[in-house]
Amino acid sequence: MNTQDREITYREAVREAIREAMQKDERVFLMGEDVGRYGGCFAVSKDMLDEFGQERIRDTPLSESAFVGAGIGAALGGMLPVVEIMTVNFSLLALDQIVNNAAKYLHMSGGLFNVPVVIRMATGGGKQLAAQHSHSLEGWYAHIPGIKVLTPATIEDARGMLWTALMDPDPVLIFENNTLYNMKGHLPANPVPVDIDHAIVRRPGTDITVITYGVGLFKALDAAEKLSEDDIETEVIDLRTLRPLDDETFLASVAKTHRVLIVDEGWRSGGISAEISARIMERSFYDLDAPTERLCGVEVPMPYAGHLEQAALPQTEDIISIVKRMVKSNG
Amino acid sequence: MNMESTKKGERTDIERGHAFHLLYEMLRIRRFEERCAELYSASKIRGFMHLYVGEEAVAVGVIDALKPEDSVVATYREHGHALIRGIPAGAIMAEMFGKVEGCSRGRGGSMHLFDDKTHFYGGNAIVGGGLPVAVGMALASKMKKEKGVTCCFFGEGAVAEGEFHESMNLAALWKLPVIFVCENNLYAMGTALTLSESVTDISKKAESYNIISDPVDGMDVLAVEKAAQKALTAVRAGNGPYFLECRTYRFRAHSMFDPELYRKKTEVEEWKKHGPIVRFTRYLKENDLLNDKDLDDIEQKIASEIEEAVAFADAGRPEPVEDLTRFVYSEGGKS
Repeated sequence: MNTQDREITYREAVREAIREAMQKDERVFLMGEDVGRYGGCFAVSKDMLDEFGQERIRDTPLSESAFVGAGIGAALGGMLPVVEIMTVNFSLLALDQIVNNAAKYLHMSGGLFNVPVVIRMATGGGKQLAAQHSHSLEGWYAHIPGIKVLTPATIEDARGMLWTALMDPDPVLIFENNTLYNMKGHLPANPVPVDIDHAIVRRPGTDITVITYGVGLFKALDAAEKLSEDDIETEVIDLRTLRPLDDETFLASVAKTHRVLIVDEGWRSGGISAEISARIMERSFYDLDAPTERLCGVEVPMPYAGHLEQAALPQTEDIISIVKRMVKSNG
Repeated sequence: MNMESTKKGERTDIERGHAFHLLYEMLRIRRFEERCAELYSASKIRGFMHLYVGEEAVAVGVIDALKPEDSVVATYREHGHALIRGIPAGAIMAEMFGKVEGCSRGRGGSMHLFDDKTHFYGGNAIVGGGLPVAVGMALASKMKKEKGVTCCFFGEGAVAEGEFHESMNLAALWKLPVIFVCENNLYAMGTALTLSESVTDISKKAESYNIISDPVDGMDVLAVEKAAQKALTAVRAGNGPYFLECRTYRFRAHSMFDPELYRKKTEVEEWKKHGPIVRFTRYLKENDLLNDKDLDDIEQKIASEIEEAVAFADAGRPEPVEDLTRFVYSEGGKS
């Protein structure tokens, strides 16, 4: 346990979280493609094989369905597996296990068998990895009852959510935006587990609410800083968890600011942004001074060319111009 | 011992009580399912229901060889496995009636029977979907240094799924204590094995992953039992997974909605002549281990158990609709 405030990277925060969990509880082990000798596709588990050995840092074949299913089975058998899938795109090969088994065993068995598995994966675009490595499908997973969907954006959440997820009796999916691994940030001394049930106001404001998560948080915070120079005070909400969705936090903000922009790297149609917008309509319609708006990933498979990719992703400048327009409107 | 190798009047080494037990359990499954079919026609049971009639020797031979600490992962055709594993007939029937007294509180139905006391992990209705889970349960046993073996059932249709191959590889690679039991009844729903596999010798596929693999006459309960005991001994010794291909046949339709257009009635009738119950009954009689009076007694005992189960299910309560959204997430308690 570090007793001093530190600057560490998001990657190091995730690594520390896994290490600590494995030190604390013998039931915890890490399993996935290249987590051992290679050190993890994003170097999250670097050096962990030497520390914990190959029984607990398990390199798997390229068999997403089998090793995710094995994580589910191991959880049923009394272990606390952390399964790493390289990216959300590959998780589609394990969709049967996640959706048909992990999410449903408890219910199909009438409450007899819970599945305390944690499945981590990288998500998001921004690295010119093209159409099969760059998507943000976490909102899609949030459609499914029976699983929890976490999207840690900050160093503190990356460090603190894992243990809470492991102690949760049900399956938890953790989405780590791939552009955040190198981000440096402040971690308070003696880090503790954090809750996985609540959204949080990352920056208070009075004129408009921007609801986002993951890498969108930092774009929103940048935008809010610049907008503040024009005397527009933006309240920024980090959802942190996409399922269960913490309505109360963003509805309270809507009641205060009366304007909402939702920022999501995922696609617009049928996405988590649509769900949030619907909930605001259902419960806070009369609090609104203007229609809820959305800034989402453009609905195109991610192109390789850098300028096209950036054009497909929500950007700070987009947030600034939409917010300015919305704040000027009288609804 | 093999039934085919003994002739009338030959001494056998099967103990009479055990022979009775095996016959009793096969007949119990048969009669239970025949009653289920009636209850389905009477609309007491709904949804999909897949009967195991004709394949009883596989579940009875294998599961009878398991120990209490072992676990079972089964498919949607699992009434027989649940019964022989020890889930009370009443709890199974109540499940199919959709009652809260059912083994899955009426949330699962025929295809999703679960029970914690007997380590019965379902009832998986995605073909091949149970295999990776069984591999994981075996991994947990190995990591925790527990003695239990995981026994995973699936049909030959699952062999065409990627999950089958991924699971074989992983189980063999990590030398996990799992016994794979392929119930090869020759038809994946309505598609014959020869129309869906380029290599129809299924045990060879397991062998290609370095798994010891035995083809077994799945219509011969003693042969299945013997093969299962051999397999379990090897698995318990820490030698990794074992594969049994039990060659069997389904006498009834795939499900209650199947008009059976894909096979000839004469084919079914031919298989029925060699059914596991007629065959074992004949064998026991020929060896003076069973007489008609014994058989009547068995049938009567089974009939009364089944009627009790039906009465139990009939008297069961529907779960209150207010409880609809329970069991999506765990209620309190940490893992």
